[in-house]
Amino acid sequence: MNVFLEHIHFAGWALHFLIWFPLVGMFGVLLAPEAVSKRLALVVTLVEFIVSIPLWPAFNPATAAFQFATTMPWIRPWGIYYRVGLDGISLFLVLLTTFIMPLTVLGSFRYITKRERTFYAMMLLLETGIVGVFVALDLFLFFMFWEVMLVPMYFIIGIWGGERRVYAAIKFFLYTTFGSLLMLVAILYMVFKFHALTGEYSFAYLDLLQVPLTYREQIWLFLAFGLAFAIKVPLFPFHTWLPDAHVEAPTPGSVILAAVLLKMGGYGFLRFLLPFFPQASTAPLLVGIVLAFGLAGIIYTAWVAAVQPDAKKLIAYTSVAHMGFVVLGIFALTVQGLQGAMIVMLSHGASTGAMFLLLGMLYERRHTREIAAFGGLAAVMPLFATVFVITALASIGLPGTSGFVGEFLSLIGTFLTHPWVALIGASGVIFAAYYMLPMVQRIWFNALDKPENQTLPDLSRREIVVLAPLVAAMIWIGVYPKPFLDATQTSIEELLTTVEQRRIAPPPMIGLDAPPAARAGRLVVARQP
Amino acid sequence: MTFEPTLVWAIVLLPLLGFVVNGVVALAAPERKIVPTIVGPAVIAISFAIALVNFFGMLRTGPETAVIVPGYTWIPSGSLQVEASLQLDQLSMLMTLIITGVGFLIHLYSVGYMHADKGYARYFAYINLFVFFMLLLVLGSSFPLMFVGWEGVGLCSYLLIGFWYTGKVNADAGKKAFIVNRIGDFGFIVAMLMIFANTGSLSFQSVFAAAPSAFTYGGAVVTAITLFLFLGATGKSAQIPLYVWLPDAMAGPTPVSALIHAATMVTAGVYMVARTGVLFALAPVSMIVVAGIGALTALFAATIGLAQYDIKKVLAYSTVSQLGYMFVGVGVGAYSAGIFHLMTHAFFKALLFLGSGAVIHAMHEALHHTHRDWDAQDMRNMGGLRRYLPITFVTMWVGTLAIAGVWPFAGFFSKDEIIWQVAARAVGPFRGWFTLYWVMALVAALLTAFYMTRLMIMTFHGKSRLPDEERHHLHEVPWVMYVPLVLLAVLSVLGGWINVPAAIGRMPVLGWVPHAEWLHHWLEPVTAAAERIQAANLPALSETAPFGGGEALWALVSFAIAVATIVIASAVISRVEYRPALESAAPAGFRRVLFRKWYVDEIYDALVVRPVIRASRWLWRWIDQGLIDGVLVNGAARLSRMVGWFGSRLQTGQINTYAFAVVLGVIFLFLFVFPRLF
Amino acid sequence: MLTLSLVLAAILFAIGVLGVVIRRNAIILFMCVELMLNAANLAFIALSRAVGIEGQVFVFFVISVAAAEAAVGLAIIISIFRHIETVDIKNFNLLRW
Repeated sequence: MNVFLEHIHFAGWALHFLIWFPLVGMFGVLLAPEAVSKRLALVVTLVEFIVSIPLWPAFNPATAAFQFATTMPWIRPWGIYYRVGLDGISLFLVLLTTFIMPLTVLGSFRYITKRERTFYAMMLLLETGIVGVFVALDLFLFFMFWEVMLVPMYFIIGIWGGERRVYAAIKFFLYTTFGSLLMLVAILYMVFKFHALTGEYSFAYLDLLQVPLTYREQIWLFLAFGLAFAIKVPLFPFHTWLPDAHVEAPTPGSVILAAVLLKMGGYGFLRFLLPFFPQASTAPLLVGIVLAFGLAGIIYTAWVAAVQPDAKKLIAYTSVAHMGFVVLGIFALTVQGLQGAMIVMLSHGASTGAMFLLLGMLYERRHTREIAAFGGLAAVMPLFATVFVITALASIGLPGTSGFVGEFLSLIGTFLTHPWVALIGASGVIFAAYYMLPMVQRIWFNALDKPENQTLPDLSRREIVVLAPLVAAMIWIGVYPKPFLDATQTSIEELLTTVEQRRIAPPPMIGLDAPPAARAGRLVVARQP
Repeated sequence: MTFEPTLVWAIVLLPLLGFVVNGVVALAAPERKIVPTIVGPAVIAISFAIALVNFFGMLRTGPETAVIVPGYTWIPSGSLQVEASLQLDQLSMLMTLIITGVGFLIHLYSVGYMHADKGYARYFAYINLFVFFMLLLVLGSSFPLMFVGWEGVGLCSYLLIGFWYTGKVNADAGKKAFIVNRIGDFGFIVAMLMIFANTGSLSFQSVFAAAPSAFTYGGAVVTAITLFLFLGATGKSAQIPLYVWLPDAMAGPTPVSALIHAATMVTAGVYMVARTGVLFALAPVSMIVVAGIGALTALFAATIGLAQYDIKKVLAYSTVSQLGYMFVGVGVGAYSAGIFHLMTHAFFKALLFLGSGAVIHAMHEALHHTHRDWDAQDMRNMGGLRRYLPITFVTMWVGTLAIAGVWPFAGFFSKDEIIWQVAARAVGPFRGWFTLYWVMALVAALLTAFYMTRLMIMTFHGKSRLPDEERHHLHEVPWVMYVPLVLLAVLSVLGGWINVPAAIGRMPVLGWVPHAEWLHHWLEPVTAAAERIQAANLPALSETAPFGGGEALWALVSFAIAVATIVIASAVISRVEYRPALESAAPAGFRRVLFRKWYVDEIYDALVVRPVIRASRWLWRWIDQGLIDGVLVNGAARLSRMVGWFGSRLQTGQINTYAFAVVLGVIFLFLFVFPRLF
Repeated sequence: MLTLSLVLAAILFAIGVLGVVIRRNAIILFMCVELMLNAANLAFIALSRAVGIEGQVFVFFVISVAAAEAAVGLAIIISIFRHIETVDIKNFNLLRW
């Protein structure tokens, strides 16, 4: 396998392909006739997924350096390069994206009935944006993808959404932009600081990592970056755009939003916030506030979720609760905590993605998401009920499913540094049951007493194809998470070392007086032997 | 000679295979009953056979240390390395035998009990899955793996309680069981976190090896860990304050009540305390709490059992009460006594539940013929069933005598052992507590004999209270259902003989049973470490009970109490004139308090459930929609729109206004800006 | 002489400004704008005597711009008149908030 990949220079073009192929596909879809657009989009996303698979075997888990990395000049006077690369943190997020995309496209075949061509074009543009965010190693490039991805999402919610779609779309867009603009200011601050110290402009991640910042600067920049990511995650109390966006978004929009977009916030925390501002990220007050918000997310949103009459809104709130575990794990700053956060992100991608797909399928059948409109459906749709219950259990972290591994690691990691936080966070297992089981009961169990529910068809073959991989993923990560943990281990340990070292002694500006070309070459390119 | 384990993974995985096969059948072809009929019980039978092979191997070689059967690395993360491997030692071996043995009998019984049910395959899928998780629970070699089983059995319990999900009551009961169990699971998780933080591992062997040096005897940390573990146990094993789910769990099919809610799953907490005995031994306060909760539950649940009319509810409260005994046993540090009662209880309580299932089955069939709207489980509708269900009648009396503690039935030896162990520990600093527990246990034993006699008399004796049309439809259950009853009846007699206390073995007549204290010695390799810690820190056991008298005397006394209670109770209850349920008046006075279970459900509802739901609504309406979204987020939007509105008022659209503004601007420039610039 | 010319230019300009601010007829407004431009022209001419030839060059530019503006402006006014049959700017408020 690896010999073959070497032969085709996989490491050299893989990431470029993954970023730009969906964009090429988008133009293809736009040019294609309306009738074939969905099938073409499916093919594009499938090819994308297939090409992304070899990243995993080709990925060398022994090094924390960026792999498959390449650098090309772009706007040279400003030090803006097209730099991409992959490490253990971004590997699975890229794979998650390429894995979810074809399923989502397939899952929207019946849901999306108007302006199909535009819709699938938007989905492909979205994929370019998301993959770009996860692999960009230049902050300008990163910011560009970060913003690019907002546009298709805005249209997906605003055009194909529900009744209050415009409200939700604008709220989503403005809220996220508000956060990211502060991040842009912070990025520019760091670039100019770099310029002030070296006389060169650079947006390179590895260069900006070297910028020594005073404690005060770190706090402010932490807040600016942190707000952008906290809104994206979303962290309580910046979460209220999410329920609105989810409820109004069409099924595929919700799936992508929950499964992938939210992960960008967690990714931002890991990739930028911790290593850039290690002193701020370990400042007791700031960490205390973030952890308190995470806890509030776990408990408060679980309570709020429990009383939602709309099933989709309920699941939207549970996303916030899950992301609370991510935040806990990340700011615990332990290997277990960070790996737990990674696994929670993957698990949430699979389980909540599946949950939104399932609710969408239910909506296609009954044209409502009101929990009270259902009841006893297990009697007419046994397979649907089975998949739904498995997904619900994965979502509430039943051992043997992905949710448990993530939450458990995240709690263990948190306990090692913040015991009381973990103690309170652990009560999330109770409240997860409190929000999920009543909903499961009111939809699937109880009497099948509404006449319109009595003739609903069970899952179609297409729907089974969409859901089966997700269910498999939930159980796989739950039963055998080792491959995932192994691949992330080195990068996460390296991240922790970086944070720890730079917290104690910020690095001197070694090597920054070298010319930019030499610095560009410092991007460690690890190729497969 | 070293012990070589045989196919231990197969014991665990076979039921999982059964689940997969039956699950596929349930989804693809639910009407094909032949596959579940064969596969469901067969996988358990094979597991049982393999377990027996291992058991005899173990018996022959007597390994001193646990055998770890490696699997794969489950969760490797930094210093945390959780292996998915199995631990076979005397304790897990015994539990495996109980689970697969009793489990097989109950599967067999289910073939008869569930034969007409539409969800037949689904039933076997769930119950196979249950056995898988239960085996994982007892065989897992680390806390997280045990927790997989722990929550897995909770899941199966949830699915099986709500098996007839179209009934809201059943679905509610399942949900209640799951949520209450999760409160316990919270305790388990927290305990795991603390254990890992303090010992750096989560596998049983390394934790127990590190415990004596990692924790100080009686220290706050180990006390907190054990109390959290015990919180987990109170959830799973239905102890105060989390026992409330178990009586409701009787909404599930009766074989489920027998297997999950009597014989195996609910004893997981007892198993866990015994398994983590080393930790509990280091925390004397926790042990007092465990034994105290156990004694209190034993007594409290027994009082409720006195006044119930639903035959399964009586047995449910009886189970809660008996579990209390087991916790008293493991709580005082007499692990083998607790496990011994766990085993005998598995036999006789499974028997009693299956017997009640036979009664309900018969009643249900009879009532089904005439579609009479009577409760098939209400004992007030029964009476005189001994003529129609002779085998059930006899076997259930065996179970009753066993649970009441009559010699030579199993319960006599096991319950008496626990009661004696409490008495013998009433020395040293905790003398007062143990004396109290001992008295409570004795009273609970008396109540046990009473409510069980009441159950038997109301169900089988006297005149039938069914109308004539139904009465001649009553008949004995088929062989697949009574064979397990008979086998369990045999075990309910013989099961107690494997651990006859030495004091009784020396007595005339009562001592005519073989194998003195076999179980105690069998479990010694597992319990030795904990017992060493206790021996080093606590005073030696007393030879006499708190109010005088040795073990033999008190065994005689409790035997006498049991027999006397049964005799008196039968005389008293036989004289009561019961009317069918629909014609009976509601119980009054104190009996009403007991019938309504001391109003605990109502109290929980008022103090916990409804406040939480109300608070959730409030948070949603006022904090989430009101404050955060309404005031802050949309407030910011409103504010910017307001500023924009004011600004827009200047845009009149009239050129004159704009021109005027320009003029003002120019004047401003001339007056204030240019003079400063030039 | 220069002062007088500049004062005249200022007076003309002020009349133009006043006209733009006060009058409501679009044609008058337009003429007032022309007035202002020509006031500026006058100032340029007057100053060119003192400063140099460039002022006169500027005047040509202003004249040509004014001519272009007159063409476009009148065309706009005519097309507005065709729509709402009035040149009273009270009625032109399409740009209002």
